[in-house]
Amino acid sequence: MAGVQVSNLSRSFGAHKALDDVSIDFADGGFYALLGPSGSGKTTLLRQIAGFDFPDTGRIAIGGESVERVPVEKRRIGMVFQNYALFPNMSVADNVAFGLSVRGEVKAVIAAEVQRALDLVQLGKLGSRRPHQLSGGQRQRVALARAIVTKPRVLLLDEPLGALDKALRVDMQIELKRIQREIGITTIFVTHDQEEALTMSDRIGILREGRLVQEGPPEEIYDSPKSEFAATFLGDANILRGDTTGTGIRLPDGTAIAAGAGVSLAAGTKASCAVRPERIRIATGDGIADHNTNMLKGQVSKRIFAGNNSTYFVERDSQTIKVIVQNTGIERLAEGQEVVLSWSPESTVLIAVS
Amino acid sequence: MATTRILEWLGRLYIWLLLAFLYLPIIIMALMSFNVSPFYQLPFEWTTEWYAALWQNEQLISATRNSLEIAIITTIICVVLGSAASLALFRYDFRGKKFLQALLFPPIAIPWLITGTAMLIFFFGVGIGRGLFAILLGHVALALPYVIVVVSARLQTFAPELEEAARSLGANQWQVTRRVTLPWIMPGVIAGGLFAFAVSFDQFVVSYFLSTPGQTTLPVEIYAAIRKGFTPEINAVSTIIIVVSMALMLLTARFFKFGGEK
Repeated sequence: MAGVQVSNLSRSFGAHKALDDVSIDFADGGFYALLGPSGSGKTTLLRQIAGFDFPDTGRIAIGGESVERVPVEKRRIGMVFQNYALFPNMSVADNVAFGLSVRGEVKAVIAAEVQRALDLVQLGKLGSRRPHQLSGGQRQRVALARAIVTKPRVLLLDEPLGALDKALRVDMQIELKRIQREIGITTIFVTHDQEEALTMSDRIGILREGRLVQEGPPEEIYDSPKSEFAATFLGDANILRGDTTGTGIRLPDGTAIAAGAGVSLAAGTKASCAVRPERIRIATGDGIADHNTNMLKGQVSKRIFAGNNSTYFVERDSQTIKVIVQNTGIERLAEGQEVVLSWSPESTVLIAVS
Repeated sequence: MATTRILEWLGRLYIWLLLAFLYLPIIIMALMSFNVSPFYQLPFEWTTEWYAALWQNEQLISATRNSLEIAIITTIICVVLGSAASLALFRYDFRGKKFLQALLFPPIAIPWLITGTAMLIFFFGVGIGRGLFAILLGHVALALPYVIVVVSARLQTFAPELEEAARSLGANQWQVTRRVTLPWIMPGVIAGGLFAFAVSFDQFVVSYFLSTPGQTTLPVEIYAAIRKGFTPEINAVSTIIIVVSMALMLLTARFFKFGGEK
């Protein structure tokens, strides 16, 4: 087991910069999600850490040892592929045994280790099956058992849950997290699913166009995004744009919005404020007039009822603001109704416009 | 309803005619190898004398041995070189790869008569001359593209992540090839090997150009024997070859469903 340090990593394919000066410290034993849209470089970064491809510049260290020029077969990593990549010509047990077998372990040791790994992923009785006889979730478990049986220094997962249906995916998230805790292995997880990143990881790194946009614990990124991209990619956010007043912004129509979090900026420059839909209160009439509260008037244009909550789309000054209201059974607003939106400065994050 | 019936019936007739067209000459030849009359005369009288005579025909036996040896060695060389070439074309990107792949097809299309002439001139030019070794070289050159084409087709169905997965588990290049890639392409290798064997064993034109009297292969020897005067021993040797090669084909088809397994 070991931590992974990536420093100033860059990799280009022709004119395309797949990774641009990325530095991340993956702590020993942590569960780390690399999140980004397709083409953001998250898979390229994972393949660099695995050793399938070498960087143009920069350093990769596993457990303090420089590995950026070490080929994958000598890096002692474990990897789970998006489509599992189980060997079709081998049984489940032989798949799991592969890593130990190529290392020349003796048969008795291999058999015992394979059984332990299969028991860990709760497939102890299926060793003699062939991969094509298994369900998607079972294949996923075999791929995981095969990756960890060799006791790798780091576990790399490339969108491992992408091919599973929703209910199974949630089960596997819990399962994966349990196994990761049990063996305490440093885990790096590539996903484009923000919910998966939020629920599973200790830390998240958001990538965009080959650059690391923001990095930190899920709560920190969600509560204080440092860019409009981070705010809208991880969770949902309303973005209000205007001129800074130092501690907030003034919208084009003159309304002042106070921000309690985010950067402090010199007055007069362009900036935006991000507000999460669930932090906004929605009311008819004059609402709560409080000098600590940001307030906007608008008109409900659409309401989507989702059982436990409702999403309201409120139009104001040619902008749509999204509000999510828990279903408490008290208030249901109709489309076309005039409303007042209010939220606290603490729920408002000031973001510099780059 | 009636038209469907007729169509169905015509379809069946078509299949039977096709099979008759393919097999009737072979069946007649096989029957005649057991007939007393050497001139295809009826009524049919059973005998095995032609098979006994075959044993005495030193020239036919030695030509058969030459043919088998050359076909087996050709198959081994082509399977090894061809599979390695297919793997290289699959794994690596290099300058001129497309060009090289395109160059693999023309030898299949060039008439053997022309290839044979070209080889004869070339082998004389470089001092190899004619003989069994020249025939072997010629057969390898003819059969190699078939193996590469068949194995490459099988590799198209191979998921490259399987090699990556094997490497991530610590397997070196050789272990990856032997334990993951080869088992997958094996049906293609076997099919390619059968092709190579058939190309070599059936080869007449190139062998005819490159052989010397007394140092020749079975098809060339059969041709020479027919020119001298037809004997039912030819029927006998042909029947043996057909039975052996059909048994080989059926056996292979039974063990490997070509391109089937997913």
